[in-house]
Amino acid sequence: MSGSTYYVPEQSKWPILASIALGLLAYGAAMTLTSMSADRDSIGPWVLGTGFLVIFYVIFGWFKDQIREEAEGLHSDQLDGSYRQGMLWFIFSEVMFFAAFFGALFYVRTFSVPWLGGEGEKGVANMLWEGFTATWPLLQTPDMKQFPGAQNIIDPWHLPLVNTILLISSSVTVTFAHHALKENKRRALEAWLAATILLAVVFLYFQAVEYHEAYTELGLTLQAGIYGATFFMLTGFHGFHVMLGTTMLFVMLLRCFDGAFSPEKHFAFEAVSWYWHFVDVVWVGLFIFVYIL
Amino acid sequence: MATVDVDLPHVKDDDPHHHGPAKGLGRWLFTTNHKDIGSMYLIFSLCMFMIGGIMALIIRAELFQPGLQLVEPNFFNQMTTMHGLIMVFGAVMPAFVGLANWMIPMQIGAPDMALPRMNNWSFWILPFAFLILLSSLFMPGGAPNFGWTFYAPLSTTYAPESVTFFIFGVHIMGASSIMGAINIIATILNMRAPGMTLMKMPMFTWTWLITAFLLIAVMPVLAGVVTMMLMDIHFGTSFFNAAGGGDPVLFQHVFWFFGHPEVYIMILPAFGIISEIIPTFARKRLFGYSSMVYAVASIALLSFVVWAHHMFTVGMPLVGEVFFMFATMLIAVPTGVKVFNWVATMFRGSMTFETPMLFAIAFVVLFTIGGFSGLMLAIAPADFQYHDTYFVVAHFHYVLVPGAIFSIMAAAYYWLPKWTGHQLNETMGKVHFWLSFVGVNITFFPMHFVGLAGMPRRIPDYALQFADFNSMASVGAFIFGFSQLVFIYNIIQNVRVGEKATAQVWEGAHGLEWTVPSPAPYHTFSTPPKVD
Amino acid sequence: MTKAITLALSLLAVPAWADWQVNMNEGVTAISREVFDLHMLIFWICVAIGIAVFGVMFYSIFKFRKSKGAVAEHWHENTTVEVLWTVIPFVILIGMAVPATATLMDMYDTSEADVDIQITGYQWKWRYQYLDEDIDFFSNLSTPREEIMNAQAKNANYLLEVDNPLVIPANKKVRFLITANDVIHSWWVPHFAVKKDAIPGFINESWVKVEEPGVYRGQCTELCGKDHGFMPVVVEVKSEEDYAKWVADQKAMKLAMAGEASKQFSMDELLAKGEGVYQATCAGCHQLNGQGIPGAFPAITGSSIATGSIDGHIDIVVNGKAGTAMQAFKEQLSAVDIAAVVTYQRNALGNSVGDMVQPSAIQK
Ligand code: HEA
Ligand code: HEA
Ligand code: HEC
Ligand code: CUA
Ligand SMILES: [Cu+2]
Repeated sequence: MSGSTYYVPEQSKWPILASIALGLLAYGAAMTLTSMSADRDSIGPWVLGTGFLVIFYVIFGWFKDQIREEAEGLHSDQLDGSYRQGMLWFIFSEVMFFAAFFGALFYVRTFSVPWLGGEGEKGVANMLWEGFTATWPLLQTPDMKQFPGAQNIIDPWHLPLVNTILLISSSVTVTFAHHALKENKRRALEAWLAATILLAVVFLYFQAVEYHEAYTELGLTLQAGIYGATFFMLTGFHGFHVMLGTTMLFVMLLRCFDGAFSPEKHFAFEAVSWYWHFVDVVWVGLFIFVYIL
Repeated sequence: MATVDVDLPHVKDDDPHHHGPAKGLGRWLFTTNHKDIGSMYLIFSLCMFMIGGIMALIIRAELFQPGLQLVEPNFFNQMTTMHGLIMVFGAVMPAFVGLANWMIPMQIGAPDMALPRMNNWSFWILPFAFLILLSSLFMPGGAPNFGWTFYAPLSTTYAPESVTFFIFGVHIMGASSIMGAINIIATILNMRAPGMTLMKMPMFTWTWLITAFLLIAVMPVLAGVVTMMLMDIHFGTSFFNAAGGGDPVLFQHVFWFFGHPEVYIMILPAFGIISEIIPTFARKRLFGYSSMVYAVASIALLSFVVWAHHMFTVGMPLVGEVFFMFATMLIAVPTGVKVFNWVATMFRGSMTFETPMLFAIAFVVLFTIGGFSGLMLAIAPADFQYHDTYFVVAHFHYVLVPGAIFSIMAAAYYWLPKWTGHQLNETMGKVHFWLSFVGVNITFFPMHFVGLAGMPRRIPDYALQFADFNSMASVGAFIFGFSQLVFIYNIIQNVRVGEKATAQVWEGAHGLEWTVPSPAPYHTFSTPPKVD
Repeated sequence: MTKAITLALSLLAVPAWADWQVNMNEGVTAISREVFDLHMLIFWICVAIGIAVFGVMFYSIFKFRKSKGAVAEHWHENTTVEVLWTVIPFVILIGMAVPATATLMDMYDTSEADVDIQITGYQWKWRYQYLDEDIDFFSNLSTPREEIMNAQAKNANYLLEVDNPLVIPANKKVRFLITANDVIHSWWVPHFAVKKDAIPGFINESWVKVEEPGVYRGQCTELCGKDHGFMPVVVEVKSEEDYAKWVADQKAMKLAMAGEASKQFSMDELLAKGEGVYQATCAGCHQLNGQGIPGAFPAITGSSIATGSIDGHIDIVVNGKAGTAMQAFKEQLSAVDIAAVVTYQRNALGNSVGDMVQPSAIQK
């Protein structure tokens, strides 16, 4: 505990603005999607766009305030501890978010698809889907008219393998960067951080290539039945998290150039690197359960 | 709760970072103060309770008699759905978060919540989330009408357009809950005063620590399941559609993996509150403090492996059925420990029966009755008869209304003097209690009967043999509903007038919160108190 | 005004149908009686525990009150009792779990059935297909609208009556294969202790063996949309001879129906018939006046389909529209009914296209 008094941050306009932003985003997104699906025009995209503007303004301003206050030495060690707790539990919540999708994947593979194909305790269901047999990856769906299955799947030993190597390396490089920071080797810190970002960007690029191939050549789409659905949800949300992580790493790099972080105090950097490791671990799960098995 | 001896360092107000409340509206919009935010949560919850309650009264009015009188079946379904959602996510959860905001920093000797700005953010998301939800009532096709459990495909392929608004509303509401929970965990783990070890923490704080963990674990799963719905609705995926290899039952598994812990999220803080109140008015320390802690922890852990007891009739394989039946029954053991400990606390105590204690005693009795019917529901073959009938409705209202809601009222009466600095008006408190107690039982007890006799839930009209008990329940609902006006009156009066309350307020009260003046200063502790 | 008065009067007449059933039905099968016994067993155990717990509590409340001079004692822990009241409930629970598991295993044993019936839930009716016979029909609520709208006195089986009940033989093991066509429904007959969800795309099995002939009533118990409350289940259990006779009758009727389809109908005949079909089958969604429910069910009045090309109109009625509540009616309605209802929709409800279609032109 630093000193004998507690530190309580001052009032701030950011939270209420952030709430308004979330409200606009939610309402705008809902309006956009409903009108899109119903083939109507609506002001949804404008509301959504405004939401994005406000949220970017908030993110920018809030972090700026935060950084300023830290620079002024207002942040106590205790607050630092709270931030750590906050980030850890936030990552835990993200883990649970992915758990829902992994759970869905396990469920369809062990239960619903075999049942529909006539296997297992509830195989009578096959009565309703004559001619359907259970396979995984599910290329032939029970109703090929509504959900035309994919012609083929992504070969795990090409791009996905490369991507696995890329991401694992990036976890290593970000750790090197962290060590460099702790030893106050600024040049090394910047170099390793830049390397991490490079790896991440290449990963994202390959992921985009893979999606393109899936859609244009393999017929592997969101509409291709449950294989496509789980594939894109898991890899898609992961990719989205990589994108976020990359952005955060990039901000860290800019701050490093600005001379931020000391060997002792660099929570922001650490938080980002935790996040990065988390994204990495999720990928390993994906690689095993989505691509290989 | 462990008794704590405190060495309270002078609360000083001259510290540069510790100013009083800001002036005007800005105080509420920009605040970082846990008390302000706690109050906002509580007021918000009360508003939602009224809205949800009025919807319940519409339901009960329609069900007063067989036949369709007041509302269309489709609107009835919207009322049922919105009532469930608003009560669960708008009334009970925010009320507990509000209490946590007010009391946890005081109970553990912290100046405020760990992340005060995020705290404000968590709160202010809620009005927007519920505005979105309520606005769906005015959309073409109407509000969500698929039950608070929104089973696919009724909530996907067959849903009204407003379902997309509902989904995004749930998303931001979930974000609010997760942030709120993170804040509470961080506060408890990181902000305790020196000497306040985990096993000295007051029970309310303990139950919230565990509840917050549950929240962080399951709210993301809810977000996941609504996201899958969104994809099924707008992007052609087939998570919940057998034609593409998915399964409507998958929805239920994911939903209840969230949903069951969710119902314990609505009761564990209540256990905490009751464990604070009973020792105070029995003037005797809580019996079996450590077994109370372990019991709450076991309930929380078990809650992750019982979800499919809501799905006994979906046709799970036999082993699944048996597993979930046993796991669910097991929960009776730790819950029993809690009930027995409360009784043992009263045994050979020196009891008085002020309003909070009356609500607490009613809680113990009526919650236990609700728990018993829960146990009956857990018996899978018998649940085939109970499932989706009013017996289930009776069960969960017993654990939720005289359970969660009574505990919230008990807490409000218990801590109100600490918040406002005014002693309670006992007479009015007792009037409120007795009206509520009688009303609640007239409303929900007959539901057991019609349920057993075969009345399904979520129906706007019913066969003649259910008529009498239904009109009885409707009368009870209006009694209970309107007696809440007394509650509102009590609160308003207490804020405005009343005898000056002492720091300790209640003769038998122990704990840090009772060592600071009433009303508690804007920043309770600016330097950490010492707890031995 | 008269409506208000009737309503007010009927409020006063509430207790007219007094019936105070407070417990579960014992039912009419071996399984249902097992379930009932199980229910009573747990119930009495809970009552006993309740009496013990609340007994001690109320004793304390009366005995140890401050106003009577009670002084609090200081103990607050006792490992022995704490272990005891953890272990005893645990043992009681095992006592409940054993018979429960046995009953469950009986219920899950669907082997060696004599009759197989596929039950399909539709928004808001049931379809029964006898897999070994050529019998296939729908079962709709038959309570008149006037009773529901309080314009007419309610009969004793209010909301629990259908046009075509499910008919099964007594003393035979009947296996149900339960599924759904649109959303999830749940097929429940309390007297059989059979409640199984009907899940679209999957099949759940259940079975029943009833000793006594009789009529047993239940309801759909899974929220399935607007008319979830109006989707009863009625099962008629017939003695074996009566059942055989019923099966023969059904087959004869089917032959007679087939002849109808090749007949020529006049516009008036089609309109008259169509009105009946519309009210029974379509009005639930599209409403009696054809206005639909905005945002949920489109209006027929002025609908581009119902006033456009007749082929498109027939197509949507015959094949439905995938992914919406508009189901394919080819299985539910005869060619005559479809021809009639299409003609009706085009020339009534505010539409006046003027054309008509003959049953023989309906391609199923
Ligand atoms: C606060 C909320 C809350 C709480 C605490 C509980 C507590 C319990 N619930 Fe309940 N439940 C709900 C809220 C809650 N429930 C809701 C909202 C639904 C419906 C959802 C929906 O479908 O909309 C529901 C539905 C529900 C079902 C599904 C029913 C169905 O749809 O068919 C089941 C089935 O097992 C169940 C079981 C239990 C059990 C075993 C407990 C146990 O935790 C109870 C334990 C307590 C006791 C048993 C009493 C005290 C113990 C003793 C005195 C010890 C000795 C006792 C014995 C040995 C018997 N609940
Ligand atoms: C914590 C949660 C909670 C609470 C507190 C309540 C409170 C009440 N509930 Fe409900 N209920 C649920 C959670 C809750 N419920 C859930 C989850 C469902 C399932 C939904 C589903 O099936 O999807 C449900 C379903 C449900 C049904 C079944 C509907 C159906 O199946 O179709 C019924 C029927 O009677 C009902 C009744 C009531 C009543 C009369 C109250 C009363 O206790 C309410 C009393 C409160 C008030 C009336 C408001 C306060 C009053 C004032 C402030 C005074 C001013 C008021 C006026 C001027 C009118 N509830
Ligand atoms: C369970 C509800 C339901 C029932 C019962 C129902 N319909 Fe429909 N119907 C719908 C819905 C929903 C649509 C809109 C489909 C879409 O999105 O295009 C529709 C569309 C139609 C249309 C096209 C209207 C338009 O302009 O788009 C016609 C014609 C129609 N139904 C005729 C019938 C007939 C004839 C019957 C009875 C035999 C019937 N419907 C019963 C739900 C129902
Ligand atoms: Cu069909 Cu409810
Ligand atoms: Cu549960």
